[in-house]
Amino acid sequence: MKVGLFIPCYINAVYPQVGVASYKLLKSLGVDVDYPLDQTCCGQPMANAGFEDESKELAKRFDRLFEKYDYIVGPSASCVVFVRDNYGNLLKEEKHRCASEGKIYDICEFIHDIVKPTSLKASFPHKVSIQNSCHGVRLMHLSAPSELNIPYYNKLRDLLSLVKGIEVVEPERPDECCGFGGMFGVEEHAISGQMGRDKVKRHMDTGAEYIVGADSSCLMHQSGIISREKLPIKTIHIVEILAAGL
Amino acid sequence: MSTKHSKAAEKFLENKEQAAWHDQTLWMVRAKRDKMSKSVPEWEMLRDMASAIKLYSNSHLDSLLQEFEKNAIANGAHVYWAKDAEEYCSIVHNILQNHNVKHFIKSKSMLAEECGLNEYLQEKGIEVVESDLGERIIQLMHQRPSHIVMPAIHIKKEQIGELFVKEMGTEPGNNDQTYLTHAARKNLRNKFIQAEAAMTGANFAVASTGECVVCTNEGNADMGTSQPKLQITAFGMEKIVPDRDALGVFTRLLARSGTGQPITTYTSHYRKPRHGGELHIIIVDNGRSRILADKEHVKTLNCLRCGACMNTCPVYRRSGGYSYTYFIPGPIGINLGMLKAPLHYYDNVSACSLCHSCQNVCPAKVDLADQIYRWRQQLNSLGVASKSKKVMSGGMQFLMERPGLFNFALKSAPIANSLPHFMMYNGLNDWGKEHDMPKFAKESFNEMWKKNKVK
Repeated sequence: MKVGLFIPCYINAVYPQVGVASYKLLKSLGVDVDYPLDQTCCGQPMANAGFEDESKELAKRFDRLFEKYDYIVGPSASCVVFVRDNYGNLLKEEKHRCASEGKIYDICEFIHDIVKPTSLKASFPHKVSIQNSCHGVRLMHLSAPSELNIPYYNKLRDLLSLVKGIEVVEPERPDECCGFGGMFGVEEHAISGQMGRDKVKRHMDTGAEYIVGADSSCLMHQSGIISREKLPIKTIHIVEILAAGL
Repeated sequence: MSTKHSKAAEKFLENKEQAAWHDQTLWMVRAKRDKMSKSVPEWEMLRDMASAIKLYSNSHLDSLLQEFEKNAIANGAHVYWAKDAEEYCSIVHNILQNHNVKHFIKSKSMLAEECGLNEYLQEKGIEVVESDLGERIIQLMHQRPSHIVMPAIHIKKEQIGELFVKEMGTEPGNNDQTYLTHAARKNLRNKFIQAEAAMTGANFAVASTGECVVCTNEGNADMGTSQPKLQITAFGMEKIVPDRDALGVFTRLLARSGTGQPITTYTSHYRKPRHGGELHIIIVDNGRSRILADKEHVKTLNCLRCGACMNTCPVYRRSGGYSYTYFIPGPIGINLGMLKAPLHYYDNVSACSLCHSCQNVCPAKVDLADQIYRWRQQLNSLGVASKSKKVMSGGMQFLMERPGLFNFALKSAPIANSLPHFMMYNGLNDWGKEHDMPKFAKESFNEMWKKNKVK
């Protein structure tokens, strides 16, 4: 089982420690993991802004880059699900079928559903509030969406429950959008900012020290708000907790 | 880089207290909806059935509408077909004229809003009175609904108190809701008695029986239709359902989804004219058959107009109904506006973070967010894509297709961290208006990997 590690552009540039933690975590679980060099972007920002055509070359390149791997695993639910749900359509004019869509996983989903560890070495004696991201919840099914009448589950909570000393909570309105939304955050900055401030406040109301999530994009947005408003809470990617002490 | 929506939204948010109240009030409705939907074990199955029935009905309109017409005529009703707003308005006017109607009372109908019926009739000298309280308030204020089932949700009771002093002679400063409701009731009673004709829309039209079903909470639609002998009912043709079994699926979903009630207080089935009276039914197309032929957007015809997508939409709740340029706001309004006239209503397409919550609350499973995503792809060829977004997107594409350049950019990016504050947070940087910018890492992951630092 050979896994290609997918590191989205902004994690590469802003949060390389999330990439490092992902690699260490997978390694520690006995996964044969490799990083194909010179990755850039999956194309989601352009497509969500309305320029899907500008993502086509990136999709082709991505598909080639990960051709030889059994699985593609990345620490960003939103980017992963963009590949899974949209690459088939973006690459429909190609002679061969898109290889990536069927084998790409978010790292939490991959560890939870494929690796299925029963214990982790990690210890993190802090109170954390889960950032259930829209695409993680409603497109990737990492947890039960609050709108649906289905039994509660949350893969992030399951994984965090393997960490020693941690206290895990979820905010009121547990999966309301934080307002990032790619270029939405620029074009509709007033609404996006208000959504972000509301979201951070609900995380703070739980008394948590950290906002923890599987999408660095939501965390980047909220940490920009936290820094601007000088709020007493921090953000952290879930793999940084799961890999704590490695 | 802004749209009419984003500018209006920014203005709406300036009144922080009112904006927070609007968000909280509509969220409460969403929460009630969640509670109701979770009390029905077969809820998700009902949504699947509703979606399937709508897709069936809308692909069998030819036979179902004719079946409806046949049965309605057999019940003693008159049936008309209107191809567009103009025809619908003139049919209503002709009926009223033939009966010498001067006072017309109607219950809330989004179809009438869509077709501009009130203005049309008023220009011809007919007094039109809205009988649903929210709609009446809006009418007296000369405004438009800001929500499709709670049209006056943006107005606070103090404003209503002031309005009623002027319109109904209530005591100045008495804003007690029971007092104001009684005043409105008394005022409307006279209008009901005066009216020579009444009108309702229809939530559903049942093909197998030829009946129209109207769901309301105040019962004012029924007050209207109970007094004058002349009744008009009009519906958009996608309101048709095959039979009463199908109807049961929708009446179980409608109020639970829209307002978080198990069912509306009144579910009235209008089948026959009253003794000695007349019932006129108008079936309206007004662009619906065009949507029927549009594979990517045909599911908008599944819509029950329950408003659940507005209540859950984080953008709608924080920007209000008037921030949208189409008369129906929120996720369904973004899509219906684009279907009506994309070059008029493209400003609303920005009002979505693609959170997909609307698709999950929709009782008839309209793929609202997916459709908004698809509309965004159309803006460029329509010639109305945001220029600066295009530049940003094109720039990203150029960079991302060139890994060497991307890696070089990442190496130089940390310089941005030490730029003076005024360069980062000037008027050009809309993201910087709300946030501090993320700091670039000293070394990118790619660089660390190359140097064998990832172990």
